[in-house]
Amino acid sequence: MIQTFFNLDIMMAAWPIVLSGLKNTILLSLIVVPLGLLGGLILALLASIKHPLVRWPLMAWVDFFRAFPPLVLLILLFAGLPFAGLELGGFACVAIAFFLNTGSYYGEIFRAGIESVPNGQVEAARSTGLSRLQAMRYVVLPQAVRNVLPDLLSNTLEVVKLTSLGSVVAVPELLYEARQAQSITYNPTPIVMAAVIYFLILWPLVRLLSRLENRALAGRR
Amino acid sequence: MTQKHIVEARGIHKHFGALHVLKGVDLKVDERELVFVIGPSGSGKSTLLRCLNRLEEPSSGSVVVDGIDMLSPKTDINHARQRIGMVFQSFNLYPHMTALGNVTLALRKVAGKSRAEADALARAALDRVGLADRADHTPGQLSGGQQQRVAIARSIALEPRVMLFDEPTSALDPELVGSVLEVMRGLRESGMTMIVVSHEMGFARNAADRVVFMDDGLIVEQGPPASIFENPAHERTRAFIGQIQRH
Amino acid sequence: MNRWDKFTETFFNAKVMEKYLPDILSGMVVTIELALLIVVTGLAAGLALALLRALAIRPLNWLIIFIVDLFRSLPPLVVIVLIYFGLPYAGPAPSGFVSTWLSLAFVLMAFSEEIFWAGITSIPKGQWEASRSTGLSFSQTLFNVVLPQAFRLTIPPLTNRTIAITKGTALGTVVAVTEILGQASSAMSNSYNPSPLMMGAAAYIVLFFPVVVAARWIESKFAWKR
Repeated sequence: MIQTFFNLDIMMAAWPIVLSGLKNTILLSLIVVPLGLLGGLILALLASIKHPLVRWPLMAWVDFFRAFPPLVLLILLFAGLPFAGLELGGFACVAIAFFLNTGSYYGEIFRAGIESVPNGQVEAARSTGLSRLQAMRYVVLPQAVRNVLPDLLSNTLEVVKLTSLGSVVAVPELLYEARQAQSITYNPTPIVMAAVIYFLILWPLVRLLSRLENRALAGRR
Repeated sequence: MTQKHIVEARGIHKHFGALHVLKGVDLKVDERELVFVIGPSGSGKSTLLRCLNRLEEPSSGSVVVDGIDMLSPKTDINHARQRIGMVFQSFNLYPHMTALGNVTLALRKVAGKSRAEADALARAALDRVGLADRADHTPGQLSGGQQQRVAIARSIALEPRVMLFDEPTSALDPELVGSVLEVMRGLRESGMTMIVVSHEMGFARNAADRVVFMDDGLIVEQGPPASIFENPAHERTRAFIGQIQRH
Repeated sequence: MNRWDKFTETFFNAKVMEKYLPDILSGMVVTIELALLIVVTGLAAGLALALLRALAIRPLNWLIIFIVDLFRSLPPLVVIVLIYFGLPYAGPAPSGFVSTWLSLAFVLMAFSEEIFWAGITSIPKGQWEASRSTGLSFSQTLFNVVLPQAFRLTIPPLTNRTIAITKGTALGTVVAVTEILGQASSAMSNSYNPSPLMMGAAAYIVLFFPVVVAARWIESKFAWKR
């Protein structure tokens, strides 16, 4: 059992490959998380315009991407677009898909955060002469972000995990490299290594989250 | 005539970690007696009350209620608790049930009544607290005073031998206190044994048989309301009563 | 042929669509089967773990917390790959369908346990005390007083999480499950035309969009009144 799943020789041999995958996973995360946050912020700010002509299309947009599996979106971009003469490469496809998909999730979270700030805050800010945007920037958003911090972190965790989809479109991230190493060595040890690495990196975040979430739900009463 | 104590607590100690909250309390209560427990916050009044139905486990001592040894491992504590009603400061009504549902739950699950029997008993109990017409309301639709009266109905429906009241009016707006005290007075007249932790000194004065003053985990002194309020023997009692009456 | 015609000819080719519609439909059936299996087993296992945790047996709780943390940390695709490509080395070779089902059920179990548990612990102590003071036992209190209130609180986060994980059935295509995406991809490479992929995308929208809209409605209906 140990020889199969935790084979030391294979670990040593696969380590450089797995390590380069890990680097790419971190790099990918550092690109797609800010992209998603940006997309979400744009959506949430648009949603604060209460006009029905903005509201309904926006809600449809968000619900569309909540209903659409990210992998399908990714394949659509990666395998579909070339038929329209547009070949983007795996990395760019992942970036666009994440901007659309995780942006919708972040958007919902930001929106809930903004709605959680009492209207009196805006009124107080406006009464001192701040503009609508200034009130949003200096008074509402800081409180909104604090109120939904557990949800933001939780979604970020999901986004980092989701970067493993890159393996399907040949982005050389952790899972992709581990599978390469597995097919070279005919041994599952590299995949186990990848799993252990994901766990070690993300476990502290999961622990933190479960504390924050417990507190958040208790506070809803 | 031999005195029969319906509640008999001896040498109750309670530690919360390093905190020594009860330091050897003895309390005997006669049948049909109304005992009022007063004292500064943190003096251990509520903890004492909660030791009597074992919501808190005393660190040492003994509690016998209606002849049942509450602390014995052989005692069916759930069955014993039916005989000891408790009313909480924050009502603790079940928000997902109607007033009737709140009252019938234990009747059905602990007393083993059928739904029809439980409904009839619960409606009678709600009638006693003046809320027969609110049976189908949920706690959210009731005022604080009404919620507390439903909580009292939840207890008396089980026909307890003793009722414990833990600051039953402290969470209420002043204008709603009267309705709850009215119900408590009615219970008193029907002969219910009651132990009440409360700051309602007016009620204590004209309804209590005995007032117990606690401070720092001990009973400092006890006696008829007149003597405790007009003529306290201890300096600490005098100081506390002076403070209460200034407000 | 102008550009628009060329575009529709490529992405919405009627002939190709007609030919591969049955494949996409059979893919939808597989996706629905897989999704239902995951939801039922995942939620049941999550609730069971949360109830076990309420018993407050120390070593057991540590084990539960570890399992939950493990499946919250690992990307679902990694779990699927591990079971599908890893297990055969140890003996049993689960099919792609079983691998995907088990993996996503474990993930849903972990997330729902956490949500159920948060719901249970968020019920104020006074509810336990009131119930116990009228003589209800621990389990009577749990089932009659605490869980009904906890469920109400957990429904919005639970529906969102369940949808997000159920969408993951598309990951099955990586391990050759013939669900929608799998059917669409192979149809695309057979016909050398992206129309099946567009059909597949539409199939996902048909399946999941109503669920998302329903979840929005449930969320507003069950949101705890503050």
